[in-house]
Amino acid sequence: MQLSRYEEKALRGEYGEATAAAYRILIAIGEATEAEKLTSITWAHISGVNYNTIGEAGLVFLRKYSKDARVRVRTTVNPMGFDRTNPTKLSSKFVRKQMGIVRSYERMGAIASFTCIPYEIFSLPKRGTRVSFAESSAAIFSNSILGLLTNKESALSALASSVTGKSPYSDLRIQEHRQSKVSIKPTFKPKTELDYGLLGYFAGRITKDSCVNFENIPKPGIMTAKALCAAMGTSGSCGMFTLANSERKELIEFDLKEASTLKDELCTSEDGNLIILGSPQLGINELSYLSKLLREKKFNKPCMIFCPRAIHTQASEIGLTDKLKNAGATFMCDSCSCLTPLVTKDNTDSVITNSVKAAYYLKNSNKVRVALKDLQTIVNQYST
Amino acid sequence: MNFEIRCRKIVGGDARGLSLVTKQPINFLTMVDIKSGTIINQEHELFGKSIKRTILFFPNAVGSSVGAYVLYTLKKNKAAPAAVVCTNKADVITASACAISNIPAVDMVGTELDLAQFIKSGLKVLVNANNSKIQIMKRI
Repeated sequence: MQLSRYEEKALRGEYGEATAAAYRILIAIGEATEAEKLTSITWAHISGVNYNTIGEAGLVFLRKYSKDARVRVRTTVNPMGFDRTNPTKLSSKFVRKQMGIVRSYERMGAIASFTCIPYEIFSLPKRGTRVSFAESSAAIFSNSILGLLTNKESALSALASSVTGKSPYSDLRIQEHRQSKVSIKPTFKPKTELDYGLLGYFAGRITKDSCVNFENIPKPGIMTAKALCAAMGTSGSCGMFTLANSERKELIEFDLKEASTLKDELCTSEDGNLIILGSPQLGINELSYLSKLLREKKFNKPCMIFCPRAIHTQASEIGLTDKLKNAGATFMCDSCSCLTPLVTKDNTDSVITNSVKAAYYLKNSNKVRVALKDLQTIVNQYST
Repeated sequence: MNFEIRCRKIVGGDARGLSLVTKQPINFLTMVDIKSGTIINQEHELFGKSIKRTILFFPNAVGSSVGAYVLYTLKKNKAAPAAVVCTNKADVITASACAISNIPAVDMVGTELDLAQFIKSGLKVLVNANNSKIQIMKRI
């Protein structure tokens, strides 16, 4: 990979150890993605904020790293472990450790956004702009729906991009590479966000390339697109999808039997005692859709809604949070259902969710049983 | 039997250890115990085996971008692989984590070999990432 004189100096440590470490990461991922050079990015979105995911080693690393490192571009961060205004029920140790991580990111100059849907909150750069997004669902969404250019970054590589303002010029950051060799064709018409989630989970699992095509599907709306992207990011390494009809591609069919096999793998319970919504976190459209589905009915099981604080504030202004609270929902800002410390085997036997991504993590990391149903079914079944 | 395979350097360094081979990708966040390096996902073919101090042959990492911190944590806990060989193509999660944790990493891009087809677990392996070489020493 060709480096500029400045980049070579930075790699040698002339601008400090934090910058040198960032360049070591950029060079390794540049080699992996066969980059010729580094290129500027305008926005980094970092994952690795929840103490439940990065743990003690991550906390200590960030504490040390943030002494010297400062962000050079707009930097937003993923959800943390709990709602900052409501840390009850958690051990004081967890709260202390979590806030240590938050302080490190703030010291570096990151925006305390605590969201996995930064594209629904911050102003969007124009199509074709290069960014560096770690959160897999956000990377896939940005590439496929928003026309931004990012590879599917890791927590550490997006951090490196944040403090250098650079990323490898490779793979999905090059327009000509944003094409798929493989096309997936469902033999049924996906309707609900759960159908799209299962399609994404399948696509992630079978696709070895960075980009995959879907054909014969209606253009997803924001809710179904989020479900598709999140599930695809969970099972694979693919960072983008296209929606073209082309005969040249290798075609793989996705039938109802395959969808039902995948669902059975994730759905380990018929029923549950807690409804969890928000992986990815819910945006205004989804909150409003949920409120419409509920009409005047109330949930007859506890329901936890995960959404960004910025969305919650907006939703409060227009009376949406009150409506949903009256229907029995509780809001959790700043955090996410994946690896939340709020749901454990000790306090919850089984949960109900419409998110394939949430189901995967709740099953495998939180070790609770999961009932997977689409939102319409959840509202029909669990509200009166 | 000794033989040598060309590979592509991702993160430099040398390491030796016993091979641990899987054809299935790894989601580090959900599948690995950070204290012991044991694969804890029952559906994975390495279930119950530890990646600690091995030369880990796997296609690539999948899933959570936070998996990079898990590999870093394994290194801090002395439970990381001695080196990794991505038999498909090194991914950003693996490459970034190995760079920050000083774990030698190579992949097989540019060669026609499907390593996972003929390398078995338990072989004595030397990875020389700087010279883009993997040496398979002998069966233990």
